[in-house]
Amino acid sequence: MEWLGLYNYWVVVVLMMTGFYVVIAQGNLIKKIVGLNIFQTSVFVFYISLAKLDGGTAPVYVEGTTAYTNPLPHVLILTAIVVSVALTAMGLALAVRVYEAYGSLEEDEINAQDEQDA
Amino acid sequence: MIEHHLPALQVLLPLFAAPLLMFLVRWPTLAWAVTTAVCWAALLVSALLLEAVWAGGPISYAHGGWEPPYGIEYRVDTVNAFVLLIISGISAIVMPFARDSVEQEVPRDRIAWFYTAFLLANAGLLGIAITGDAFNIFVFFEISAIASYALIAMGRDRRALLASFTYLIMGTIGTTFLLIGIGFLYMMTGTLNLADLAERLPAVHDTSTIRAAFAFIAVGVSLKLALFPLHLWLPNAYTYAPSMVTVFLAATATKVAIYVLLRFFYSVFGVEFSFGVLPMGYVLMPLALLGILIPSIVATFQADVKRMLAYSSVAQVGYIILGFSFASTLGLMAAMLHLFNHAITKAALFMALGAIVYRIGSPRIDAMAGIARDMPWTMAAFVVGGLSLIGVPLTAGFITKWHLLLAALEAGLWPIAVFLLATSLIALIYIGRVVEAAYFRERPAGAVPVREAHPALLLPTWALALASVVFGIHTALPIGAAARAAELLLGGYP
Amino acid sequence: MAIGLALATPLAGMLLMLLFARLPNLRDTVMVLTAATMFVLVLQVLPEVQAGGRPSLQLFELMPGLAIAFEVEPLGMLFALVASGLWIVTALYAIGYMRGAHEKHHTRFYAFFAIALFSALGIAFAKNMFTLFVFYEILSLSTYPLVAHKGTEAAKRGARIYLGLLLGTSIGFQLLAILLTWHLTGTLDFTDGGIMEGKVGHGIGAILLLLYMYGIGKAALMPFHRWLPEAMVAPTPVSALLHAVAVVKAGVFTVLKVSIYLFGLDYLQELVTTDWVMYIAAFTLIAASLVALQQDNLKARLAYSTVSQLSYIVLGAMLASQIAAIGGGMHIAMHAFGKITLFFCAGAIYVATSKTEISQMDGLGRRMPFTMGAFLLGALCVIGAPPMGGLWSKWHLILGALDSGQQLMIAVFLVSTLLNVAYLIPPVIRAFLRPPRDGYTGGIREAPLLCVAPLTFTALGAFAMFFLAGPLRGLLEGMFP
Repeated sequence: MEWLGLYNYWVVVVLMMTGFYVVIAQGNLIKKIVGLNIFQTSVFVFYISLAKLDGGTAPVYVEGTTAYTNPLPHVLILTAIVVSVALTAMGLALAVRVYEAYGSLEEDEINAQDEQDA
Repeated sequence: MIEHHLPALQVLLPLFAAPLLMFLVRWPTLAWAVTTAVCWAALLVSALLLEAVWAGGPISYAHGGWEPPYGIEYRVDTVNAFVLLIISGISAIVMPFARDSVEQEVPRDRIAWFYTAFLLANAGLLGIAITGDAFNIFVFFEISAIASYALIAMGRDRRALLASFTYLIMGTIGTTFLLIGIGFLYMMTGTLNLADLAERLPAVHDTSTIRAAFAFIAVGVSLKLALFPLHLWLPNAYTYAPSMVTVFLAATATKVAIYVLLRFFYSVFGVEFSFGVLPMGYVLMPLALLGILIPSIVATFQADVKRMLAYSSVAQVGYIILGFSFASTLGLMAAMLHLFNHAITKAALFMALGAIVYRIGSPRIDAMAGIARDMPWTMAAFVVGGLSLIGVPLTAGFITKWHLLLAALEAGLWPIAVFLLATSLIALIYIGRVVEAAYFRERPAGAVPVREAHPALLLPTWALALASVVFGIHTALPIGAAARAAELLLGGYP
Repeated sequence: MAIGLALATPLAGMLLMLLFARLPNLRDTVMVLTAATMFVLVLQVLPEVQAGGRPSLQLFELMPGLAIAFEVEPLGMLFALVASGLWIVTALYAIGYMRGAHEKHHTRFYAFFAIALFSALGIAFAKNMFTLFVFYEILSLSTYPLVAHKGTEAAKRGARIYLGLLLGTSIGFQLLAILLTWHLTGTLDFTDGGIMEGKVGHGIGAILLLLYMYGIGKAALMPFHRWLPEAMVAPTPVSALLHAVAVVKAGVFTVLKVSIYLFGLDYLQELVTTDWVMYIAAFTLIAASLVALQQDNLKARLAYSTVSQLSYIVLGAMLASQIAAIGGGMHIAMHAFGKITLFFCAGAIYVATSKTEISQMDGLGRRMPFTMGAFLLGALCVIGAPPMGGLWSKWHLILGALDSGQQLMIAVFLVSTLLNVAYLIPPVIRAFLRPPRDGYTGGIREAPLLCVAPLTFTALGAFAMFFLAGPLRGLLEGMFP
């Protein structure tokens, strides 16, 4: 039953596939951004999981502990979260502009309008 | 003292200048002037860096005094010094072009914001090239990408918005894949420093984790560099972006992504692992060949010249990846040379096209009929760029093709040599269509006569067009740099 | 020194012509002077080459061992003399023709003409195959606007086929052959005795030969000969100088150069494909003559005749004997004089009467006796009848065939000579012996003097070549020191 012990990685896989599916299958721009966020979150969970050490504590010196959880991935993921927030903001801003320009957020409706123009 | 901090300056100059521009919203010309100064200063820095590396070997720069592999290291060797020079050189040369170009395409109150985004994109690209830290590569990728999304969305056509959005989705998937790959590497080696990774990887090479890391990184970066068939974001993004952005991105963004792929395949994973243990040669080569052929054919059917050049860019990525996939000195030289040669050639072409579009208001081939009589200098620059793109002797493009063909022959793959010659002919067809329209057709009835492009647009265009001839004749610098870079890459991390 | 100046002259002339675009008389004078200067400069090089020297000039080096460089050897000397000498005559003729036939865009036409001559000279003087290739491509590109000059749909279509075939073969085959040569031997320099021996196996050498022969599309070996008849939509001065002399001779000149200085005749003899190419050339020679017989359009007939005559020279090279190679070299000069005369005549007829078909030429001799007289002389030269220069080149070619023991080829030469007679003499007979169909009785009304004088001159030149064969042979023997 070793694979059950890796359950957080299974969560990562499920989240990742869900996010990826939403990005590809959804025609609505906002939903695409939501999917992208889920997709990125799975990677955050992945980084945090790989830092965890069995029985490890926070990397603060405490008498009697010898095992520490690796703090570096947490730091990396803090950065990645910032990046992700910026990306989400950018994506939403674009979505707003698209809505202003086309009056719709559905990809197929927008494409139909473009084809009419051309 | 200052020489010691050159690697940091390379990135920090544009990175710190960018937010300053926000205070210059009311003075767009000043914003332009500051940006120009920063770009030229960055060029000076990268020239000094290349010189230092050429003479004294790799430079390592530890940020904040944290020694690598613990701190973030900037590491410059011939390979990335060359890439840095391409990025900063192109951005410096397009700046004179930018002033008129941006004024025509971007509302006045957003010009300073435009340059902010431009400098951020620039800083990001320079950062990707210079850093010696895997996670840092991801961060800089995102800095340049987010800025590029904003830049593309500033195109006048509303389709630019959707193009930018598509790029955002695909680009983010690409960088997130890269992030996953880096995570796997960290998991197995406990380090993020590229040189350190290269040292520790051989011990754990034969694990599925490393293979997964390899796959995620390869796919992620391939998305960013628009390797066929992951190129779908590129044609729209290049077509609808403002001219200046197209020039800049076409010349630099995909090139930097290619550099990252080179770095990972050759320096970090090592030639033996990438091309021996894993059959990357057999994966990349067919993709490169298809990536040359199909976009080239698609390019010949485009009515919009900007779109045609965008497809041609996808094909040119194919040439670079092909050189790269031979895993030989000659092949790598060809790839490195084409990074450089294609950057100047394509930038010249997009600039000439931009100058024409400002006059006639349309990038369509029909609208360009007979334009050569009204704009002889601009069109002549386009022809020179076109010749280099085709790979006519005495242009920079030829030097690449020559090395690429020799690499194919050296590998005993003469059908590829034949294939390459045939695809040059396709390039001849699509460039020929434009030339024929511009020179041998009459202006459409009722078309207003137009003037020659403004000298501020013409000068940088010609500077690059001439460069693509000069580097086709005096080849010592690019070939020398490419040869050294190839040697370095094949030798792993020194 | 003279080499560099000779190369620079047409470029300088072109710039001056562009500068004086608004002053037609001055511009045309500049053209004639440019042509004359170039010829004189080329002539300066001759004594040294005759004395066995090989003057050379290096412009720049692209990569180690790969340079744009020039070196004059006897064959190149001959080609340069022919091309630059005949340019003077053609320049005069072009002025008369372009004005007489009311063509447009004179300056553009003359400018590209000058570039074409520049590249022909570059080909003639090239020191290595790479330089030759570069100028070969410039020649293709610079003649494209000349072929498309009229701007009609037919002209554009012809020009597209022209450029497509020439560039396609040169990039697809020739460049590949050049790369392979460089890859295998590490040099592209034209060297006495060739560079392949001992470095390239006979199997690959055989493939290389095919690649070269078909890569040199300008030599019009079947089935890549279509561009030449298509190019006839161009104004006649182009057909005359470029498609009877500079362009096509650049093709066969390259064939000779490659055979003699890259492969080396001894090595060539050992290749399987040498015989193949020889048979293909023999086939082209006969087939093109037969097609020429069918053509009613005078320029088309002359074009197919050119296709056939070019194969004489290819065949001469493939016989791989020194005497045949010399014969091939002589044929470059002899055929040039003969064919340019014929084209000049075709153009003069068009300018004077707007006639293009042979069937319309009945009785034309009464109206244009000088032109048709010159036509007869030109035809005799191409046929190879005495007392014209063409006799000697065919003579040497036949000697070469004997030398190599290829009796069949002697038969081919003889049959084709008969065919030459069959397609070149009827127009003359029609012109002089039949009464005019349109009942023309107006006496002599020739084309403008600037058209008639040059063609008379070249016809006399073809006659003079009969007596100059000795020195010519002496010069060409320098190819085999």
